[in-house]
Amino acid sequence: MEQEQGSKGIFLSIDWMTILLYVILIVWGWFSVCGACYDFNNPDLFSWETNSGKQIVWAGTSLVLAAALMLIEKRIYDTTAYITYIFMMVLLAVTIIIAPDTKGSHSWLPIGSSVKIQPAEFAKFSVALALGKLMDRYGYNIKNLKDIGTAIGIILLPMLLIIAQKETGSALVYFAFFLMLYREGMTGSLLFTGFACVTYFVVGMKFSESYIDNMPVSIGEFSVLLMAMLFTIGMVWVYCRNRQAVKIMAYTCFGGTALAMLFSIFVIPFNVCYVMVGFCLLMIGYIIGLAIYTRLIRYGLIALFAIISTSFFYITDSLFERLDDHQRIRIEVLLGMKDDPRGAGYNVNQAKIAIGSGGLFGKGFLNGTQTKLRYVPEQHTDFIFCTVGEEEGFVGSAGVLIVYLLFIWRLIVVAERQPDTMGRVYGYSVMCIFLFHLFINVGMVLGLTPVIGIPLPFFSYGGSSLWGFTLLLFIFLRMDAERNLKRQ
Amino acid sequence: MKNHLYEYRKFVLGGIALAIVVCYIVRLAFLQLSDEEYKSRADNNAFFNNVIFPARGTIYDRNDSLLVFNQPAYDIMVIMREVNNLDTLDFCQTVGITRQQFDERMATIKDRNKNPGYSTYTQQLFMPQISAQEYGIFQEKMFRFHGFYLRERTIRRYATDHCAHILGDVAEVSSAEVEKDSYYTPGDYIGKQGVERSYEAELRGVKGVEILLRDSRGRIQGHYRNGEFDRKPVPGKNITLSIDAKLQALGERLMEGKMGAIVAIEPKTGEILCMVSAPSYDPHRMEGKQRGVQMMEMQRDPMKPMLNRAISGTYPPGSTFKTSQGLTFLQEGIITSSTAYPCSRGFRFGGMKVGCHGHGAPLPLIPAIATSCNGYFCWGLFHMLNNRQKYKTIQEAITTWKDYMVSMGFGYKLGIDLPGEARGMIPNADYYDRRLGKWNALGVISIAIGQGEVTLTPLQIANLGATIANRGYYITPHIVKKIEGGQLADSLLVKHKTKVDKQYYQMVAEGMRKAVLGGTCRGANNPKYAVCGKTGTAQNRGKDHSAFMGFAPMEDPKIAVAVYVENGGFGATYGVPIGALIMEQYINGELSPASQAKAEMFRQRHIDYGTRAR
Repeated sequence: MEQEQGSKGIFLSIDWMTILLYVILIVWGWFSVCGACYDFNNPDLFSWETNSGKQIVWAGTSLVLAAALMLIEKRIYDTTAYITYIFMMVLLAVTIIIAPDTKGSHSWLPIGSSVKIQPAEFAKFSVALALGKLMDRYGYNIKNLKDIGTAIGIILLPMLLIIAQKETGSALVYFAFFLMLYREGMTGSLLFTGFACVTYFVVGMKFSESYIDNMPVSIGEFSVLLMAMLFTIGMVWVYCRNRQAVKIMAYTCFGGTALAMLFSIFVIPFNVCYVMVGFCLLMIGYIIGLAIYTRLIRYGLIALFAIISTSFFYITDSLFERLDDHQRIRIEVLLGMKDDPRGAGYNVNQAKIAIGSGGLFGKGFLNGTQTKLRYVPEQHTDFIFCTVGEEEGFVGSAGVLIVYLLFIWRLIVVAERQPDTMGRVYGYSVMCIFLFHLFINVGMVLGLTPVIGIPLPFFSYGGSSLWGFTLLLFIFLRMDAERNLKRQ
Repeated sequence: MKNHLYEYRKFVLGGIALAIVVCYIVRLAFLQLSDEEYKSRADNNAFFNNVIFPARGTIYDRNDSLLVFNQPAYDIMVIMREVNNLDTLDFCQTVGITRQQFDERMATIKDRNKNPGYSTYTQQLFMPQISAQEYGIFQEKMFRFHGFYLRERTIRRYATDHCAHILGDVAEVSSAEVEKDSYYTPGDYIGKQGVERSYEAELRGVKGVEILLRDSRGRIQGHYRNGEFDRKPVPGKNITLSIDAKLQALGERLMEGKMGAIVAIEPKTGEILCMVSAPSYDPHRMEGKQRGVQMMEMQRDPMKPMLNRAISGTYPPGSTFKTSQGLTFLQEGIITSSTAYPCSRGFRFGGMKVGCHGHGAPLPLIPAIATSCNGYFCWGLFHMLNNRQKYKTIQEAITTWKDYMVSMGFGYKLGIDLPGEARGMIPNADYYDRRLGKWNALGVISIAIGQGEVTLTPLQIANLGATIANRGYYITPHIVKKIEGGQLADSLLVKHKTKVDKQYYQMVAEGMRKAVLGGTCRGANNPKYAVCGKTGTAQNRGKDHSAFMGFAPMEDPKIAVAVYVENGGFGATYGVPIGALIMEQYINGELSPASQAKAEMFRQRHIDYGTRAR
């Protein structure tokens, strides 16, 4: 009797809004797959012979999977979280060895004759569960070095295994968990350091070969050093509120740099960056001094940040020189330093043509020439957003992004209403994974982020990814449905 | 356990998501809404315009006998990725090439520098224009040669051995022509010379196009929108020339072994009945693949067989020009029909001497034309240029004279519908002022007898004959009589009146009639119809050029003709008899047996030009 009431209560508590958004995305995705996979010799969109027909089967089975997941109680995940995690890690490790070579990666496990699955797509939920379980533990403190170390270890292990499968793109997705950790209280400076490093890299690389007029000063080097000063001083201001120290450092560094610039312009042109490095070192020394004087660990961390910032340009520059040619070209093309429309930039270039030719309302369903005629490689999987852009135009592609934004907003709302840490951690993990996929996948098609082969959830063709995302999402929806039940 | 301490961070994460989506929407707006370039690049990727070539119009003579037609030819095409298990030896034997040529050809196709549009998925040209026999053999064996195909193209064939200069030829467009006219793409055929060139727009028709969808590997995937935007080709228009093929053939036979030209015009219509330029060549030499080699050979020939002397050659008209002088003097009132000038074996005045042959003197205009008296016309021009009552200066006098000449179609292009027409030379006051500084009538007197600075094309000489035949007007001479389903340009049908009245033309015609009956043109006489004629013997650095201008019959003329034989001597030697044969052939439709024998004799009389290049 009680059980029945419970089920009824759960049914009423299901977040139908998320499910609605989920169904919209899957249906919308199917229409895009139709455009991307159109076969002139077999125009039947529902035939098992075509990818669009198969995608219907994947979507149907996903709905069955979703319904089944709604029947599994949360306590089962709670009790099996670590075992599931260990099992998935073993599976990932085994995959490295037994998976056949598929385009250079060892990540696909054949099941039977025609179906293959990619364990990496299914490992995410187990990591999210394990993290939830870990952080739900009584007395877990994210400020505690050991506690956060464990969490990071749980994230890094599958990353390493997936990198070993030569699926670097899928491994990078696990960085999404750091966003979740930030919500749970990890210091924001870590995220900021990551952001600063990416900015240094992009700016430094892109402008390393351009020079300020009439001066032997590389714009890239100059800007990175200037940013290093700015960020460091900013951190001292934000985290230590030491107005005096900020004044001293700002006047010295910016004043000194300005004087050096004037000298270089009007007297003898020389590389101002040497002077700037000098001022950076002075600044680092000053902050270390402050650290010793005040016995505050923050000054030490800021000093560390300043050291990383100052040396970052020189370290990446020398590492960059040592990269393989194809990797270096990929980065250079992405940063717009090289134009290579037939080689490394071909995908992105054709993707931009596809999207750009869509205009405001697009060319109409199945009328996209660029996608229908296979100009964009991987267009039904990683580059599926091209089809949306070409056939549905600005209205359609902006629409997809807005639906995604609603979806992510809804996940945040649902995660925040979880009564326990496990639910919230899991919910944020789910939301961050979707956000990361959206960010990288759409950014890559638009030519804004590196070409990393990860799918756009619910749009990209393929059973593994669709099932993987369904699994991830519906475990969370079931957890959420139990939010009003008293914990036993 | 709720974690309220960091709950504010949900806004940070939500903000990040919002920022990403906003950034991407802005980027999408830039890509999709501001830049049209992506659209055209997508179209360039996807659309393959398969051009369908129309049949080029055929060409007939005025009696509807076929001169130029199309014949199918076949290009052997190859799709590289479909070539497998090729019996290379058998293949090479079938198409008649060596193993080495085969390998070289295949290598050239694959070389992207030489063949920029290379794709292993699409047809590449392996061998152009194979003959009908080769086609038959190849087609039988084609099933064994995987990846090889035949593509139909038409080549131009000639049904005549004559008319090479008139008909012209077709060949692949040059890059300059492609640049000038966007209709053409490299590999198209275009008329290069003759009627093929001047009537290119009518003959070529309009290309059709099928808009096909091409995938990233260059394979065709079907019609765009089921062929909604496809266009059918419009075939070229057939053209009927005003040329009489038999007359043309006779003219070309008569001019064998000589240099020069014959032009015959129907005076009433301006239609050109024959236009011979010698030396000529067999138009078959320009057919198909061999054209390039043949062109090179002919361009190196010092006799310049490719030059159409009838319209591009400029010659001193000699005594044929005297008719125009008589007309001018009459109209300007310098002379009347009874004005007589002395001639003591020429024109002598103040140390100036222009020689003449023996005849009675002094004499008036009509006998002066009949005997071709140099003295008469020199005196006429002398009096005109020095007439200070009528003209204030000698410049004004020569300008008046020039205006008469221009009104007769000299000094400028007549506007014939063939490429390469020259304008000839009629000097004006400005020219003499610059060339001679201070000058007087004596210094330029030789222009009165068609020497000196004056040059005309054979076409202009024939047109002078047509104008006298019409007694004072001419229609722009033209070579095309009819365009099927089209109209001749208005400029070809315009009636040009000269500045001289009809009555004066009648006098000159009488003089020309007298020349045939008892003057220099006796050889042109024909008992069946009244011939009018005027000889010309033009001095130049070598032996005199032999010229003749005439028309017949005198009343209601059917044909006006000009004959010009370089270094032929007296006008009566070559010009008169050849002109007479041309008129006889056209008016009677055939030559009498005696004339046939005469024609054969002139055909075999060659002039030795040595090896000098002209």
